[in-house]
Amino acid sequence: MQSRPLRPIPGPVRGAISDAAAAGQAMLSFNLLIAVSLTYVAFLFAVAFAADRDAKRGRAGWVHSPLVYTLSLSIYCTAWTFYGAVGYAARSGMEFVTIYLGPTLVMVGWWWVLRRLVRIGRAQRITSIADLISSRFGKSRRLGVIVTLMAVASGTPYIALQLQSVTLSFGVFSGTGDDGDPYSMAVWVAVGLAIFTVLFGTRKLDANERHHGIVMAIAVESVVKLLALVAVGVFVVWGLAGGPAEVLDMIDDATLPEWDLRPGRWASLIFLSAAAFICLPRMFQVLVVENADERHLSVASWAFPTYLFLMSLFVMPIAVVGLNLMPEGANPDLFVLTLPLSQGQNGLATLSFLGGFSSATSMVIVATIALATMVSNHIVMPLWLAASGGEGPVRSGDVRSVIVLSRRLSIAGVLALGYFYYRISGGGSALAAIGLVSFTGAVQVLPALLGGIFWRGATRRGAAASLIVGFSLWVWTLFLPSFGMGAILPETVMQNGPFGIGWLRPEALFGIAGLDPLLHGMMWSLALNAAAFFVFSATSFPTPMERLQGAQFVDVYAHSAQSGAWLGSAATAEDLLIMSQRILGATQAQALFQAEAAAQGKGGYLPDVTQQFVQTLERELAGSVGAATAHAMIGQLTQGANVTVEDLMAVADEAAQILEYSNRLEAKSAEQARTARALQDANEKLTALSVQKDAFLSQISHELRTPMTSIRSFSEILRDEDMTATEKARYAGIIHAEALRLTRLLDDLLDLAVLENGQVQIYRQTGTLSDILDRAVTAAGVPRTKLKIERKRSREDIVLTTDLDRLAQVFINVITNAAKYCDAPDPVLRIVVRQGGSGHTVDFIDNGSGIPVVKQAMIFEKFSRLGGESREGGAGLGLAICREIMERLGGSITYLPGQGGGGFRVVLPASIALAAQ
Amino acid sequence: MKSPGTNRFLDRPAYRQRRLRDAARMLPVAGAALWMVPLLSQVDPEGSTGAAGSMIYVFGVWVVLIVAAGLIARRMRHDDAESPPAANSGASPGGDQ
Repeated sequence: MQSRPLRPIPGPVRGAISDAAAAGQAMLSFNLLIAVSLTYVAFLFAVAFAADRDAKRGRAGWVHSPLVYTLSLSIYCTAWTFYGAVGYAARSGMEFVTIYLGPTLVMVGWWWVLRRLVRIGRAQRITSIADLISSRFGKSRRLGVIVTLMAVASGTPYIALQLQSVTLSFGVFSGTGDDGDPYSMAVWVAVGLAIFTVLFGTRKLDANERHHGIVMAIAVESVVKLLALVAVGVFVVWGLAGGPAEVLDMIDDATLPEWDLRPGRWASLIFLSAAAFICLPRMFQVLVVENADERHLSVASWAFPTYLFLMSLFVMPIAVVGLNLMPEGANPDLFVLTLPLSQGQNGLATLSFLGGFSSATSMVIVATIALATMVSNHIVMPLWLAASGGEGPVRSGDVRSVIVLSRRLSIAGVLALGYFYYRISGGGSALAAIGLVSFTGAVQVLPALLGGIFWRGATRRGAAASLIVGFSLWVWTLFLPSFGMGAILPETVMQNGPFGIGWLRPEALFGIAGLDPLLHGMMWSLALNAAAFFVFSATSFPTPMERLQGAQFVDVYAHSAQSGAWLGSAATAEDLLIMSQRILGATQAQALFQAEAAAQGKGGYLPDVTQQFVQTLERELAGSVGAATAHAMIGQLTQGANVTVEDLMAVADEAAQILEYSNRLEAKSAEQARTARALQDANEKLTALSVQKDAFLSQISHELRTPMTSIRSFSEILRDEDMTATEKARYAGIIHAEALRLTRLLDDLLDLAVLENGQVQIYRQTGTLSDILDRAVTAAGVPRTKLKIERKRSREDIVLTTDLDRLAQVFINVITNAAKYCDAPDPVLRIVVRQGGSGHTVDFIDNGSGIPVVKQAMIFEKFSRLGGESREGGAGLGLAICREIMERLGGSITYLPGQGGGGFRVVLPASIALAAQ
Repeated sequence: MKSPGTNRFLDRPAYRQRRLRDAARMLPVAGAALWMVPLLSQVDPEGSTGAAGSMIYVFGVWVVLIVAAGLIARRMRHDDAESPPAANSGASPGGDQ
């Protein structure tokens, strides 16, 4: 902006205007203009008063309409934009529009940031942008002070700019009048604004910091300024240029090389204005603090862009027509006024003047309120609290009056600062340059603001570093140079850097020269600001209060209500009531306490001091004096029963316990389901077992009965009858054989029982497989004619370490089985030894018909016999015993199908088999 | 109640609302992109392209954005779970304001 200063009217032009007046064009009398302005101000007073009165009577419906909200946002369009936009367009073409495009994008994208800000603002009773930052980062007083100072530093020049524009516009009308003392006019304007602001801005300490009267007055003013600009625009387009087509032609003809869009500036100015729209204290005031209903945002999302659209639609035409019609060297910043005036349109010029006046006054009023609230809440009140010592808020007397007084003084102070700034800077080009510079200063809050509401990892140190770095860089690269070469920074510093350090030159930091100064300052300050924010946040650890607040801000949609800030409060209800009365006022405080007591089921005014109540109270107070101060006041009463890490852990523990409990419940129910399933399985098994047992018992009794029956009958024959010796011998032989069979059966049963119970003793010996097979074949005692056995001895040279007798028993069993059941006419049993991956396998394969598939699953069960009741002896326990033995030995025995005959495979694991080389 | 994730499959109206919010989120992105377009056309070495063309373009995009935002705002419901119930503005119990 410095390259394109808003120029004060040069002497010759003033002369030209005066000449025009002198030439007989009816010039508005200066006094008449003053009268019009005063009437207008009186009208605004009336509007504000009416709105306040109606709000007080509860008939505030029309004040709370989305339309009024939208119109109140228009304080974004200050006198700088009302007058300056045309001048800007005359110098730089379409670039002026960037100032409106940024806010349009923010409004249209309200779902991203504004909705969140408004929600947080309502939930936390935020009173200003400093309050938001301070509250987010653990109700830090220091951060509040930093943001306040920054806001004052970047806002004061802007207020000065408005004073200048009002003074200038008066100067246009007064003709020669401005040769006298331009500052006296500024003084009167400042004083008038201070009175208005004090009257309507501090009438009460509204719980939500809303100012109905002022908002209404601003809405009226914004209508006036829109009407004024549109009226001038219509006059210019249809009255002077002859229609839109002609205007477009004129624009094309007037196009200068400087009007080309410069990409860097175009993009970054859109960004800058978008960011400033959120960060400027006065915009925050109307957007968030004065917002009565979140739904207004969605209306404003299209209505406010429409307003901006209309405000900027006629800027180019006015600029071009002004350049064509006005004398060479006329100040384009005042075309809005001088153009109608030069055409003798006094009424239109007056309207235009009122538009500019409205722009300036509404901006100053809101900016002053916003700044004064911040100064009062973050600087004056903490100082007062500290000065009044420990007795602080419970001391007798009315804190309300102190707060109101501090706020009034702050308003006066801010306006006085603005005036003196105007005075000292000389009101010239240096001041005009401040518009975008001021934006850049305000925008330094952006990283901390966005980081605070979107990122839980943002910490107080990060925010402080961000603000300090950004602010310092802004002061060095933009603010100080904005006063002009040599005004504050000596020329040598600008050229060569401080103390000759070249890379610290304000407009070429780190040696990067040649950039547009605004772009340069903005880029460095914001980039390093954001970097500092991130680095310091990421490397520091937040205090418990920060973490609590961080969670509440970032997860504002999840829970808008509770926070665990006060625990084990030591304050009595009476103390709290005394303090609240003095901040909120007696009626309101008593009503609050009474309502709380009633909610607790008690009569009277003194509810129990619950944690929840103290929080509610703190939030109410925060709406009046800001979060940090309210926190400090309650903190004094509760004697520092502040949140500690332990409390935080307790809160977290509670949540964790609930979570754990529900998890446990879930686990338990899953476990119960599993147990039930297991029980069911066990039950089924038991049933199956009992069926088996029954079958086993009946089987075994049958097996035992058969030999017993024959023994009994033959022994009866022996006892009863006479018989020959040969007969006796034969019967005794039968009895003997049956007894043997019985014994064998009992042996087998015993063997099986021992094996199944795992009581069997394993006697480990070492021998070769070949020896064991020899033994088994011999012991099986199968005659060669009945079963021919084929072996490959070379493969059987395997050393085994296991219970060799038991293994032999298995082999014998398999061999005798083959002998018994092989139904081939010429039975052959092949014994094949193979080395497998996990050990050795010994396959016994005969050339019979094998075992049918349906029975293969049965053969290892007890008493399962092939071919029904075989007289071959054996009770069908053999293979069951084999299976048990092999399991004890760590191996297995399975039926091996698909071998062209019956086949059994005995697996000897590697642990018991050692191949001999 | 954390709304994303709790209910993954919404009925048709709720689904529309979600997509409407997506549209509301996309709008500024689209606007920013569209407003960067005039930068691309500034390649005339003479540097004397008429400003009228870019002016009409910028204002045209503006109208489109306003209309789109208006349509979205009209259709958007506010009584959903994510928004608070109609805010009672005077939250303090004091009757004298």
